[in-house]
Amino acid sequence: MTGLIILLCILLIFVIVVQIGKVSEIAGKIRGDQEIEVDGNRINGAISIIFMVLFLVGCVVSAIYYEDSMLGYGPHVAASEHGVGLDRIFNVTLFFTGIVFILTQIALFYFAWKFQGRPGKKAMFISHDNKLEVIWTIIPAVVMTFLVVGGLDAWNDVMADVTEGEDYMEIEATGQQFAWTIRYPGEDGLIGTKNYTLINPNNPLGMDWSDEKNHDDMVSTGAGEIMKLPVNKKVRVRITSRDVLHNFDMPHFRIKMDAVPGLPTYFVFTPTVTTEEYRAGLGATDKNGDPLYPEWWEPSDEEDPESPMRWEAFQYELACAELCGNGHYSMRRVFEIVSQEEFDVWAASQQSYYLTTIRNTDEDPFKGRLLDVEIKSRGKEFKNRLETALASEAIEDKTLRFDYVNFNTGSAVLTPDSRYELENLVAAMSDYPNMTVELAGHTDNVGGADGNQVLSQNRAVAVMNFLAGKGISSSRMTAVGYGPSVPVESNDTEEGRAANRRTEFKIINQ
Amino acid sequence: MAEVTTYNEEVLIEEHGYDDHFHDHHHGDKYQSNFITHYIFSMDHKVIAKQFLITGIFWGIIGAAMSIVFRLQLGFPEENMAWIKPILGKWIVVNQDGIGTLAPDFYYALVTMHGTILVFFVLTAGLSGTFSNLLIPLQIGARDMASPLLNMMSYWFFFLSGSLMFASLFLSTGPFSGGWTAYPPLSVLPAASSGSGAGMTLWATSLIFFVVSVLLGGINYITTVLNLRTKGMTMWRLPLTIWAFFITAIIGLLSFPVLISALLLTVFDRELGTSFFLSDIYIGGEALDRVGGSPILFQHLFWFLGHPEVYIIILPAMGLVSEVLSVHARKPIFGYKAMVYSILAIAFLSFIVWAHHMFMSGVNPFIANFFVIFTLIIAVPSAVKVFNWIATLYGGNIRFNSASLYSIGFVSMFISGGLTGIFLGNSAIDIQMHDTYFVVAHFHIVMGIAAFFGMFAGIYHWFPKMFGRFMNETLGRLHFWGTIISAYMIFWPMHYMGMAGVPRRYYSFEAFDAFSHFDEMNKFITVFAIISFAFQILFVINFFYSIWKGKVVTTKNPWGANTLEWTTPINAGHGNWPGRIPSVNRWAYDYGKDGVEFTPQIVPLKEGEVDGH
Repeated sequence: MTGLIILLCILLIFVIVVQIGKVSEIAGKIRGDQEIEVDGNRINGAISIIFMVLFLVGCVVSAIYYEDSMLGYGPHVAASEHGVGLDRIFNVTLFFTGIVFILTQIALFYFAWKFQGRPGKKAMFISHDNKLEVIWTIIPAVVMTFLVVGGLDAWNDVMADVTEGEDYMEIEATGQQFAWTIRYPGEDGLIGTKNYTLINPNNPLGMDWSDEKNHDDMVSTGAGEIMKLPVNKKVRVRITSRDVLHNFDMPHFRIKMDAVPGLPTYFVFTPTVTTEEYRAGLGATDKNGDPLYPEWWEPSDEEDPESPMRWEAFQYELACAELCGNGHYSMRRVFEIVSQEEFDVWAASQQSYYLTTIRNTDEDPFKGRLLDVEIKSRGKEFKNRLETALASEAIEDKTLRFDYVNFNTGSAVLTPDSRYELENLVAAMSDYPNMTVELAGHTDNVGGADGNQVLSQNRAVAVMNFLAGKGISSSRMTAVGYGPSVPVESNDTEEGRAANRRTEFKIINQ
Repeated sequence: MAEVTTYNEEVLIEEHGYDDHFHDHHHGDKYQSNFITHYIFSMDHKVIAKQFLITGIFWGIIGAAMSIVFRLQLGFPEENMAWIKPILGKWIVVNQDGIGTLAPDFYYALVTMHGTILVFFVLTAGLSGTFSNLLIPLQIGARDMASPLLNMMSYWFFFLSGSLMFASLFLSTGPFSGGWTAYPPLSVLPAASSGSGAGMTLWATSLIFFVVSVLLGGINYITTVLNLRTKGMTMWRLPLTIWAFFITAIIGLLSFPVLISALLLTVFDRELGTSFFLSDIYIGGEALDRVGGSPILFQHLFWFLGHPEVYIIILPAMGLVSEVLSVHARKPIFGYKAMVYSILAIAFLSFIVWAHHMFMSGVNPFIANFFVIFTLIIAVPSAVKVFNWIATLYGGNIRFNSASLYSIGFVSMFISGGLTGIFLGNSAIDIQMHDTYFVVAHFHIVMGIAAFFGMFAGIYHWFPKMFGRFMNETLGRLHFWGTIISAYMIFWPMHYMGMAGVPRRYYSFEAFDAFSHFDEMNKFITVFAIISFAFQILFVINFFYSIWKGKVVTTKNPWGANTLEWTTPINAGHGNWPGRIPSVNRWAYDYGKDGVEFTPQIVPLKEGEVDGH
C-alpha cells in the first residue's frame, strides 16, 4: 500500500513538472520567445556564477573536511619508505592541477555569464590566435614533463627488485578465493619451491616437500592470525595466486600488485612506522590534550562503547584490489610492524608447517628418515640442556637423558640415527676437556631382572664404545647398567615403561 | 538578436547546388514504402539514428537503474531490500526476520552489467551511433550513407547484441559478474563464479555481435565522409562534429577487431579447452591441466581496444560540444585547426597508452616508462581543446539553452575528470590509486558524465532536426542543473575515498577498518544517485512528450546555424534535400563575421572574402 502511495506521489511530481514545462511554453507564446530567451540567459547566467562559486567553495571545504583521508596529511601518512615519496608526488601534482582546475572552472563559468546573450549585442569574431595557442600548448607540455620525470624517477626506484647481497627478508603472499595465505621462509631465509599440482587440503600452497627449503617454512592460512614484520627492514613480498587474479593491496604502505596465477610478481618495501607508533600518531593530542583526529577517538566497536578507541585498535591491513569473485570484499589479513627484537621472538615461536603437519605422514617423502634440520635443532636442544646442567649446582640436574639414542628391541645394538645425539656429546666433551661422565643404562620391569641388568649394562657399554671410537678417552667415562632398579615413572603403564627404558649420562666432573 | 539574419536556403541551393539527378531515380521512395520499411527495417540514416538513440535511452535507463540498486547496497547496507524482490527475485535473499539483502553474486553482476551497458550500448552505440548516423550525411551534404544496407545491418546487429545481453539478465546462474573488463581466469572458469557460466557465454557472444555492428557502422562512416562530401566540402571545411565522428570511426575500425580476438580466445579457453589465458590454476578442488597461458595477454588485448574505446566515447561528445558551443555562443569555434590536430593527436596517442591500465598487473615495471610518457602527453592536446572551448565563449553572445548549458557542463566535467587523469597516468601515483574509488570518480566524470553531457547537448540541439519539434526548454534546464549538481555530488566525494585507499568493486566495506568509516559519504552518494536518476527520468519524459507534443519547429534553421543539416526541409524525407544537394562555399564557423550574425556554408564567398579566418 505504501509502495502504491509512493508510486502515485512520484507520478504526481512528474505530472506537476510537465505542467510547469507547459506553462513556460504558453508564457513564451504570450510574452514572445525573444523576451523569454533574454530572461533565460539572465537567469541561467546567474545560476552559472552561483554554481561556480558554490562548486569551488565546496571543493575546498570538502578537501578540508576530508583532510584526514588525503595522502600525506594528518593521520594518513605513508608507513613505508617509498610511500612518503609517492605522497609527495601526489601532492605536487595536486598543487599544479589544483591551480589549473580553479582557473579554468572560473574562466568557463565567468565567461559564460559575462558574455550571455543580450538583445542588440554582437559576438566578437575571433577564429584563432596562434600566439595564445602556442602558449597554452607549451605550458602544459612543460608541466607534464616535470611531472613525468618526477613520477618515473620514483616509480623505477619503487619497482626495482632487490639486488644480490642486499639485506632483505622475503615473504610470500598467495591469493585464493577468498583469502590470503602468507608464508614466511623460516630460519634459512629461503622460500621453498611449490607446484600447483601438489595442492591438497593438507598442502594449501602445493609446497614440494622434497625441497628442504620448505621444511622450515611457516604457513599461515587463518584470516585471524596476525603476521609480524620488523620495522626498517626491507621486505620483498613474492605475490602469487592459486586460482584467479587477486591484488596484494596494503594501503597504509602504498603497496599494490596483482597476484597472477602462473606468474609470480613482487613488491619490495621497507616499513618505517611500527603499529604502535602509527597508533600513537592516530591518537595524538594537541597541547591542550584534545585529540588531533577526533574520528579516531571513537569506540572501535560501534555496539560496545567500552571497546578500545579506534586508534588503539588500529591495524595495518592487507586487502584484495582486483575483482576475484563474489567474496572479493572479504580477503582481510592483518600485519603488525614491530621492533626487530620483538619480531625475532615472534619468529622463533612460529612453527614450521612441514614439521607440525606433514612430518612423518604418508605425504612426507622423508618419512622415517632424520632431516638435517631436525639434527641441527636436536643438537641445539642438546647444547642448551647441557649448558643448563653445567651451570646448575643441584646434583639431580647433572643427569641428562639421551632423548634420541635407541636400540633395537632386546639388543644392545645402536640404531643408526642414535649417532647424532652421541656426536653432540662427543663435541661437548671436546669443548670441555675436563668433563667426565657416567653412562647409565636403564630398563623397565618386563622380563627377568638379571636379563635386564645385563642388557642395560651392554647398552651403556655400547654407548661408551661409540664415544671411544670417536676419540674420547675411556678414562673419562664409566658404563653402568642399572636394569629396572631406578625407574623414573611407574612401570604399570606403557607410557611409564617407555620412559623407564632409557640411556643417560651423568656429569661427574666438569 | 534584434535584427534577425535570415537566408532563403531553397533559393541558394537551387542557384548554387549540385544536381545529382536524385529525382530521376526516385519516383516516390521505393525503399520506404510501408510501415516496416519506414520505421523498422529502415535504410534512412535519420531513422537509424533515432533507432540508435531510443535503444540507447532504453539501455541507459536499465544501466542507471542497476547502479541505483548497487548504490543502495553500498549506501544503506543494513536497510531492508525485500521490496525489490518482486523484480530481482532470488537475488534478494530474505532472512527469517524478513530483512532482504542483495546477494553478492548479483551485486557483482549489476556492477558488471552497468559497466558493459553504459560503455558499449549507451555511450558507444547510443552516442556515436546516433549522431554519426544523423549528422554525417546531413552535414557533409550527402543523401544517405555510402551503404544504407550496411547501416541498417549495423543497427540490427546492435539490436541482436542487446537482445542477448538482455536475455542473460534472466539466467538462473545470473548474468556475467566478472567486471566489464572480463579479466580471465575469472571470466573463463565457471567454477570461479556463477556468472562465468552461461552468463559469460551470452556476454561474449553479445559483444562479438556488438563489434560487428560497430565495424559495419564505422566502415560506412569513414567511406561516407571520404567519398560523399558535397561539392566544395573540403576536409578543412568539415564541421568538428564530422571530424570527430570520422576519427572515432577510424579508431573503432582499428581497435575493435582486437577485442574480437580477445573474446574469441576467451571463448576458446572456455569451450575448447585451450589455455591462452590460463596457467597453474587450482580451483574447485582440482588442479587444472591447463598451463602455459597468461592472464596478462588478455589484458593487453582488451585494453588495446579498451583504451581507444574511451576516446571512441569522448571524441563524438567533443565534436558535438564544439559545434553546439560555437552555434550558441554565436562565435566561431576558437582555433578550428588546433581542434582538428588535437583530435588527430589524441586518436594517435590513444593507441599507445593502453598499458596504463596495467601498471599494477604484473607486467614488467620497465614498460611503464613508455606508457606514462605517452599517457601524460595526451594531456597536452586535451588541454588545448579545453582552452579553445573556453576561448570560444570569450566575447560571445551566448544563448543559455539546454544544449549550450550541457556543452558548458561538458567542459567543466572534462576539466575535473581530465585533471585526475594526470594523477592516474603517473604510475608512481597509480600504485596507491589503482582500482580505488579515485579511479571510479575519474572515469565516471571524464568519460561517463562528460560523454553524457555531450550527448544531451546533441539531443537538445538536434531534436528539432530529428523530430520537427523542440524539447521543452524549462524542463531541459532543470534537467541540466539537477544533473550537474547531483553528478558532482556523487563523484566528487569518491576522490577522498580513493585517496584513503578504498578499493572499488567492494560489496561491503565492513570487513576492513581502513575502509569502513565512510558510511555517511556512501549514504550521501547514494541519495544523490537517486536524485540524479529522477532527473534523468524527467529527461525521458521530456523527450517522449516532446516527440509528439513539443513546440513545433516553424523555420528551417531555428538556431541560426551554418551547417548543412539546417538547409533541409523541417521534416526531411529519405534523400534529405528534395531537389539539388547544396554545395559548400565556406567553413562551418562564420558566426559574427563582418557583423553578420551567421553565414551558412551554402552562402558563396563575397568578392575578396577569405574563407575561414
